[in-house]
Amino acid sequence: MRYIPNSPAEQAALLREVGVAAVDDLFATVPREVFRKDPPPLAPPMSEIELRRALGAMAVKNAAATCFASFLGAGLYGHHSPAFVSQLLLRGEFLTSYTPYQPEVSQGTLTAIWEFQSHIALLTGLDVANASMYEGATAFVEAVLMAERLTKKRTKVVVSRTIHPEYLATLKTYLAYLGLEVAEVAAGADGVTSAAALAAAVDETTFAVAVQSPNVFGLVEDWTVASEAAHAHGALAIGVVNEAFSLALLTPPGAAGIDIACGEAASFGVPASFGGPLIGFLSCRDAFKRQIPGRLAGRLETPDGPVFALTLSTREQHIRREKATSNICSNQGLIALMATMTLTALGKHGLRETALQCLSKSEYLKTGVKALDNGKFAVAFPGATFNEFALRCGPPVAEVLAALEKAQILGGVPFARLAPGAGEHEDLLLVATTERVRREDLDRYLDVLKGF
Amino acid sequence: MSDHGNLTNPVPAALADRRRKSSSIFDAFRPGRKGVLLPALDVPAADPEALFGALHRAEVEGEVEASEVDAIRHFTRLSQKNMSIDANLYPLGSCTMKYNPRINEELARLPGFADVHPYTPEHLSQGALELLARLEEALVALTGFARVTLQPSAGANGELTACLMIRAAHVKAGAPRKYVLVPDSAHGTNPASAHFAGYAVQELASNPRGTLDLGELEKKMTDEVAAVMITVPNTLGVFEENILEVTKIVHAKGGYVYLDGANFNAFVGKVRPADLGADAMHMNLHKTFSTPHGGGGPGSGPVGVAPALVPFLPVPTVEGADDGWRLEFDRPDSIGRMRTFYGNYGVLVRALTYILSYGNEIAEVAETSVLNANYLRKKLAPFYHLKYDAPSYHEVVFDDKLQAAKGVHNIDVAKRLMDYGFHPPTMSFPLIVPGALMIEPTESEPVEELDAFADAMIAIAKEAEESPELVTSAPHVTPVGRIDEALLAREASKPGSFAPVLRAPVRRS
Repeated sequence: MRYIPNSPAEQAALLREVGVAAVDDLFATVPREVFRKDPPPLAPPMSEIELRRALGAMAVKNAAATCFASFLGAGLYGHHSPAFVSQLLLRGEFLTSYTPYQPEVSQGTLTAIWEFQSHIALLTGLDVANASMYEGATAFVEAVLMAERLTKKRTKVVVSRTIHPEYLATLKTYLAYLGLEVAEVAAGADGVTSAAALAAAVDETTFAVAVQSPNVFGLVEDWTVASEAAHAHGALAIGVVNEAFSLALLTPPGAAGIDIACGEAASFGVPASFGGPLIGFLSCRDAFKRQIPGRLAGRLETPDGPVFALTLSTREQHIRREKATSNICSNQGLIALMATMTLTALGKHGLRETALQCLSKSEYLKTGVKALDNGKFAVAFPGATFNEFALRCGPPVAEVLAALEKAQILGGVPFARLAPGAGEHEDLLLVATTERVRREDLDRYLDVLKGF
Repeated sequence: MSDHGNLTNPVPAALADRRRKSSSIFDAFRPGRKGVLLPALDVPAADPEALFGALHRAEVEGEVEASEVDAIRHFTRLSQKNMSIDANLYPLGSCTMKYNPRINEELARLPGFADVHPYTPEHLSQGALELLARLEEALVALTGFARVTLQPSAGANGELTACLMIRAAHVKAGAPRKYVLVPDSAHGTNPASAHFAGYAVQELASNPRGTLDLGELEKKMTDEVAAVMITVPNTLGVFEENILEVTKIVHAKGGYVYLDGANFNAFVGKVRPADLGADAMHMNLHKTFSTPHGGGGPGSGPVGVAPALVPFLPVPTVEGADDGWRLEFDRPDSIGRMRTFYGNYGVLVRALTYILSYGNEIAEVAETSVLNANYLRKKLAPFYHLKYDAPSYHEVVFDDKLQAAKGVHNIDVAKRLMDYGFHPPTMSFPLIVPGALMIEPTESEPVEELDAFADAMIAIAKEAEESPELVTSAPHVTPVGRIDEALLAREASKPGSFAPVLRAPVRRS
């Protein structure tokens, strides 16, 4: 068979060596009544030629962002990925290795994890980051659970409703049976978390206060709103980030009193891939590192240079079992490597230049929307944004998207899609720009809006 | 320090040192370099300082400054310090380190999958949704379950998803119940996942054969028990012969049977887990279905469920209608979302490709993996102690009892194996085998590699007898010598131990 190297003759020799007449003799302890008599109801094996045809037929039915001018964001942004990244990622030494529990033969992976942690710590302005979480929403959940462990016997987490609705939905799933309360604070009329409302929701039972910036409407929030509200009552402040490029231009959470930062780092060269695999991150102050979930690579200076290994693993499930800080085992190793490679190429200067391009293009589009004189569209909220804003549509959002699609534009994400059935903000379209869109795409976008 | 570094070396020490010590890109400080060129900005440049005021950040202090060539050199050299399936037999028990077919990589990278945003309108992502439906269909065919959710991001996440569904089902029936039973041989994620679903964990002691003890189960299986988590074959590589009795006992008390599918490779295509009486099972696509382990992920942990648990599946599900595929959110009993979007989609593309490549002959995977493990067992049994001698399936768990007499432990055998060019087996579990050496060769190893691995293990057993210090001081020819992980843990516990770069302190408010 295709990926079984031994020939039938070699297989027969192995059977003789093992001392059985037929391979099914090795399955003798399986109850006979459940032993499958027929092959599974699947098609016959496919060759590479057939696989390319079958999967290719599915792939061409999808609108790749390479064929459209894409303004889709809402938690996942289509940034450039340097060509070398996907090439190097195919090296078998990275692709086909596993969790570096054996550091002597995993220094490559371990060094890269340590570098990923370092990038995240620098970007978020905090001391320690872990080796990765699955994606942004589960990173957020882990941050909340971590805060609960760090503040004994408190039961309430206060979250701003300007956090991505899928993050909030995920949080509720995980917290459903843990005896913890999620208190949601509505956004103000300006689309930003109200400092007064947030502070009013926090009390002595609160273990954490969480806000997101830029928030789900793309608006920049002031982290100190959360950190001051939290710290006034001995709670911890959690900062959520969807669009990690914003960290290049905005005060990092760690410099504004945030205790735990978390979110999605796929902006750093990770393909959208219909939503996964992505790359969650979590970072915190040094004092909290014993409660970090998941893997952590450490660096040890030796006379022969630095060496790296997973460390502080007494927090983890393979040692602590039900007392572990998380049940996470496999995380997003290869995707963390992808982000690390991209961040290396971007570096300090590329981060800022890219972020400035994103910002400038978004500002150009916002200015264009404000200049429209048909009275049908508006920038929904007045506050500062990074690379995404909420477009308030007079015509039904679906009609606006359909018109844009005709102009080969994926025009944005209807807010309603983030929380199906909630019936909120149905006139809002979230419009994201990255360095991949051109001025002519922006002008075409505005032309379509003018046509209404 | 490795012997490798002590060899008489014609290169001047300082130069050799520079090469060896430049191990992190953060240590190579080259101000002004950058590795990405953007198009010229084609719109007026925005002024972030004016827009953001006090919230503006001028730079990310301490960040790397490197060219593309610097990056290529750095990461290529890093890769050369790793062992991998491509180069080495990697018999990590329970991890199923099989060959990762390259057609999977190619197809997952098609722009029609890789460059598609998850919020692309449904009518423009029909192929992406169809792939999800086709994979669910294939996994249903292989497991016999009613439905499969593809959303869980890894095996442990699948376990938690299942525990939450089971809890929701009990809540709907009246009471959540209190306990989840987990055998003492289980992987650490099982008790951890049950805990995060709000359950207290009770351990089931294994019988002398290393399998579930029916008496112990009957005693502990009360109507306060929500579920029993079982691994089949268990972590010893032994099939639970009494599995049908076990599921009957659990069901009689109104409990659910959760199967940990980490070892599905041992019976894929041979047995449908639903036929064993399982109510839910996660599958590690990065194990059984060959998606790359990538140095620690991404995994993917779809969960198959029996009809009773279908209402509780995470949202969204993918449904087919006459006018195409669509995402369904309106499922009132759903546990909700387990993450953003629909799962580790790129991993799902690879897994479907793999399943289609074997199609209805996929049982050969299980057969060969079991044959290979038994072949190694036969060869190694005279040299390594086997605490439980029940028939092995896809893996065999030896231990270091014979070698320990000479002061050689499983960790030493593991490190010495590296010198022979093999990745070590799993040692951290099962906890019921002290000094475990859990060996899983998988179906994709040719006979000569199996022989070479066995020869190395046998040679090490002899070394342990004759020159144990050679083994206890291993590895000798790896990129670095044995790392003092205890020392690292002490260092890591000190304040500031994870400071990214020694030269650039991060500004604090």
